[in-house]
Amino acid sequence: MDGLTQPHHYPGRLIVVEGIDGSGKSTQLQLAMRYLQSRGFSTFFTEWNSADLVKAVTKKGKKKQTLTPLTFSLLHATDFAHRLVYSILPPLKAGMIVLSDRYIYTAFARDVVRGVDRQWARRMYSFAPRPDLALYFKVPIEVSVQRLVAGRAQLKDYEAGMDLHLASDKVSSFKIFQARILKEYQEIAQEYGLSEIDASQSIGHQQQIVRGLIDQMLESYQPAEQETMA
Amino acid sequence: MNEIHYISHKMPYLPDGPCTGKLVVIEGTDGCGRTTQAFKLRQWLEVQGYGVIDTGWTRSKLVGEAITDLKKGHSLHRLTYCLMYATDLADRMEYQILPALRSGFIVLADRYIYTAIARGIARGADERWLRDLFGFAAVPDLVFYLRLGVQDLVPRVLESGKMNYWESGMDMNYGDDIYDSFIAYQGALIEQFDKMAGPEKFVTLDASQDPDVLQKQLRRVVGQYLQASPASAAAAVG
Repeated sequence: MDGLTQPHHYPGRLIVVEGIDGSGKSTQLQLAMRYLQSRGFSTFFTEWNSADLVKAVTKKGKKKQTLTPLTFSLLHATDFAHRLVYSILPPLKAGMIVLSDRYIYTAFARDVVRGVDRQWARRMYSFAPRPDLALYFKVPIEVSVQRLVAGRAQLKDYEAGMDLHLASDKVSSFKIFQARILKEYQEIAQEYGLSEIDASQSIGHQQQIVRGLIDQMLESYQPAEQETMA
Repeated sequence: MNEIHYISHKMPYLPDGPCTGKLVVIEGTDGCGRTTQAFKLRQWLEVQGYGVIDTGWTRSKLVGEAITDLKKGHSLHRLTYCLMYATDLADRMEYQILPALRSGFIVLADRYIYTAIARGIARGADERWLRDLFGFAAVPDLVFYLRLGVQDLVPRVLESGKMNYWESGMDMNYGDDIYDSFIAYQGALIEQFDKMAGPEKFVTLDASQDPDVLQKQLRRVVGQYLQASPASAAAAVG
């Protein structure tokens, strides 16, 4: 299995966005989808943690706090595998453009910060196809916290990394946790050649860069021919 | 003093420290008499004063039930199948197996990673990927392989009930009906176990023998092993 290091052979295209919470990546992906749709491409949107195969199990484990870094990592991989098989591969095989809000790089960063072996996590996800375009939105930790505090009422425990006992209050814990994730992302971005975008710039400016990268990536893309009704 | 060794990756957050217990694994296909042999072996060990804990697939608190539920449906794919089993073992590893090994118990595992790897391969999963995935598991001290050919297996399974959907690999469309599928799937599992036996240093025992003779052989090997490397804290009662 060398999915992650070799280009896939599906007729579709896979675009993923990565970055810490509050980096603005979801907004950028949303705008990119509008752009692609306006150009007449058939798109499919998916996000991390949206499969329901092990949702109940993960919820139970989080509530009872019995999840360990290893089982946390394995459950997320199971969830991703389910989503890959049922939601990501079919549109890719059908020649559509798949847009994924977060991808396996999120797992690499989070799992390693939680204490899972770096190489083990990478190998576990080696069944995942390599994205045709992976955008990494880089933002300073302060900006991310500011954006989140302004836009959201409450941080969730696991989001703030409370299970790591880094600090007694959520905001402090979140800052330390996200700073560690940021460091991990930096290594991942280099290792896997993610396209880095300065997420402290204006939304419009970032989107311009995103669309430029998308246009470039689509040069080799041939949309599946739609049967037209005469 | 012994330490716990891992197949390929020790998770960095797990503590180092002495291991005074032993991990004894009994492998073999469905219907080879594994569970009965493990039960008798446990009794024998306990009579001698060893603390014994047993473990087996889908017995984890975290996902044991979930796996049973998922197997009733049709949504499991070979990837999620393998990953769910890995999660089951990981949960048991951290809450049951590792703590028991650290406190000097003999952990008796009714099947272990070799079954999961063989099943994954039989379902078309990549062998290297499977071995890496289960790399977090502790290396066993002894692995018994109770070997039974497909022809001996069939009457045993039929006498004790009927052929089961998953034990026949029906999810893989291996054969025309459940019988053909069972033969092909169990044959593929046996082939994998046979291939692993040498490199993994399995103690292979003939499971078509009289069960009492088989039990004697198990006891002899375990007894010799415990004598040669006695580290168990729950030392045998004089």
